[in-house]
Amino acid sequence: MSQLSDEQAKAYWQRNLALMVKLLVIWFVVSFGFGIILVDVLNQFQIGGYKLGFWFAQQGAIYVFVVLIFYYTKKMGDLDREFKVEED
Amino acid sequence: MDLKLLTYIVVGATFALYIGIAIWSRAGSTKDFYVAGGGVHPVANGMATAADWMSAASFISMAGLIAFMGYGGSVFLMGWTGGFVILAMLLAPYLRKYGKFTVPEFIGDRYYSNAARAVAVVCLIICSVTYVIGQMKGVGVAFSRFLEVDYGTGLLVGMAIVFFYAVLGGMKGITYTQIAQYCVLIMAYTIPAIFISLNLTGNPLPQLGLGSTMAGSETFLLDRLDQMVTELGFREYTTDVRLSGLNMFAYTMSLMIGTAGLPHVIIRFFTVPKVRDARSSAGWALVFIAILYTTAPAVAGMARLNFMQTIEPQPGQHLVYEERPQWFKNWETTGLLGFEDKNGDGRIQYSADKSVNEMVKVDRDIMVLANPEIAKLPNWVIALVAAGGLAAALSTAAGLLLAIASAISHDLLKGMITPDISEKAELRASRIAMAVAIAGAGYLGFNPPDFAAGTVALAFGLAASSIFPALMMGIFSQRVNKEGAIAGMIAGIGVTLFYVFQHKGIMFVASTAFLGDMPANWFLGIEPNAFGVVGAVVNFAVAFGVSALTAKPPEKIRDLVEHIRVPVGAEAAHSH
Repeated sequence: MSQLSDEQAKAYWQRNLALMVKLLVIWFVVSFGFGIILVDVLNQFQIGGYKLGFWFAQQGAIYVFVVLIFYYTKKMGDLDREFKVEED
Repeated sequence: MDLKLLTYIVVGATFALYIGIAIWSRAGSTKDFYVAGGGVHPVANGMATAADWMSAASFISMAGLIAFMGYGGSVFLMGWTGGFVILAMLLAPYLRKYGKFTVPEFIGDRYYSNAARAVAVVCLIICSVTYVIGQMKGVGVAFSRFLEVDYGTGLLVGMAIVFFYAVLGGMKGITYTQIAQYCVLIMAYTIPAIFISLNLTGNPLPQLGLGSTMAGSETFLLDRLDQMVTELGFREYTTDVRLSGLNMFAYTMSLMIGTAGLPHVIIRFFTVPKVRDARSSAGWALVFIAILYTTAPAVAGMARLNFMQTIEPQPGQHLVYEERPQWFKNWETTGLLGFEDKNGDGRIQYSADKSVNEMVKVDRDIMVLANPEIAKLPNWVIALVAAGGLAAALSTAAGLLLAIASAISHDLLKGMITPDISEKAELRASRIAMAVAIAGAGYLGFNPPDFAAGTVALAFGLAASSIFPALMMGIFSQRVNKEGAIAGMIAGIGVTLFYVFQHKGIMFVASTAFLGDMPANWFLGIEPNAFGVVGAVVNFAVAFGVSALTAKPPEKIRDLVEHIRVPVGAEAAHSH
């Protein structure tokens, strides 16, 4: 177990924040974007019997949320190893 | 077999299972199995968190609300799942790294102040009690139906059982019991949904069934539903916006950040062995929650369809009241379903037009429980749904009551007022706190401010406006100090409570509302249930403003924040 220097700690935190921001943008777009703000636009398209905007609001956003968390978990695991701050 | 007897058997059997597991896992393991040695595996913790999290609001109430709100009900679906993304990224790993026992304890340490801790305790109690009111409504509905009594009596029976269950204590803390509860509730939710989806569309997966064509027809189910509701004068199911886009935005955001601010969910992440497990545990919890949440819209749409088809099998051909099915009579007994023959023709007219509509009362919270009966499913399925609803309500109510009890005994008494309190006295205090909370929530549950899911949404708004911002700023800012945090929490929850009370009544007693609960009186058209996000913005603004004007936090707080941002060096997990 190593202690990070101040610069390393800062770099680690910046990388974490950058990843977070990227994923939160996706989180926002699929739910608030596709499900609420752009719902009328997307509703012009269908998948099966679902209007697309309605599908994002009641199904699609939830599936994306699950993927986002596991992607974050994986990427943070990689980052922890890179900075040697992972727990044994 | 008689439905009532069957329900007793199934509900009794599931309770016996929970108690059995509790006794077995106590006998078969030592205390440190839960503490230092192993902690709880993330998949197991995720499943238990899902059971803890999904309450009467999710199980009993939500699909019924969506059934009558259509697209507008999406706020619950996105709001109550999207919060886990925030939890996994912004809070859970850091709070796990810090490794304390309760949420107010973290707030007290980070803001180096017992006053901040006390304010957090008060916020926590307000949110949790409101949440318990929602559970009481759900439990009351379930018991009134299955004991065939009116809602008030059902509520009293429910209060007694919740009291017994929560005070029995140990049962809740054991992860395996909650895993069993999850299994019961998810089977109870999905099995009827699969049956109904098969009946209506021929597709066994409800998630696909909702987007399929009606069995033996070329028409999509959702198109059929849209057509039926618009013929009766309701707005189109798939595009019915809840008040306005802005209101839906605020509602969804309030539920999301409220999820990340509710103490009974957050403390689950203190129990996993490692920081990385806190991240994946949130993911697993969401997987198990998503199974129910992606099924719910199908349950909602199909319940609405079946409900309307029962009352009006063909356009213009209305059901004769004397020939109404048994489920209709049963729910009339509870007082939650009401018919009034306005035109005296002995038939049931259902319409969006209030002067013509004869279904004068359709409590949304009955839909999920009534759904299998409406769809004429076998009695064992109906009994299973009762058991699932009770599992959902009881596990969450017990979790919340324990959060309240630990806030009072651990944070308030032991942490601040009487640090040398004996363990026995601490235990007694927490039991008294639970009893008072149950009595208070039960009393307010006789006239709940909203349907179960709506009441719970209010609790989320309160958590969103008070606890979430304090936690987030505690991790992401080194500048926010104790003055800022305290002022922010008070301002956030104050604004939200004020807004809710002026429209819903002081302590939700409707007669004390000094501004009517109607869109014309709402700020920017945002309903009280959705106001938490505004409170959160106020909280952030006040906290940053006040912090900028007052002294910086001491150096050791800066180190503390640095420390929680990096996973390595976390202490062993706490048992809960």
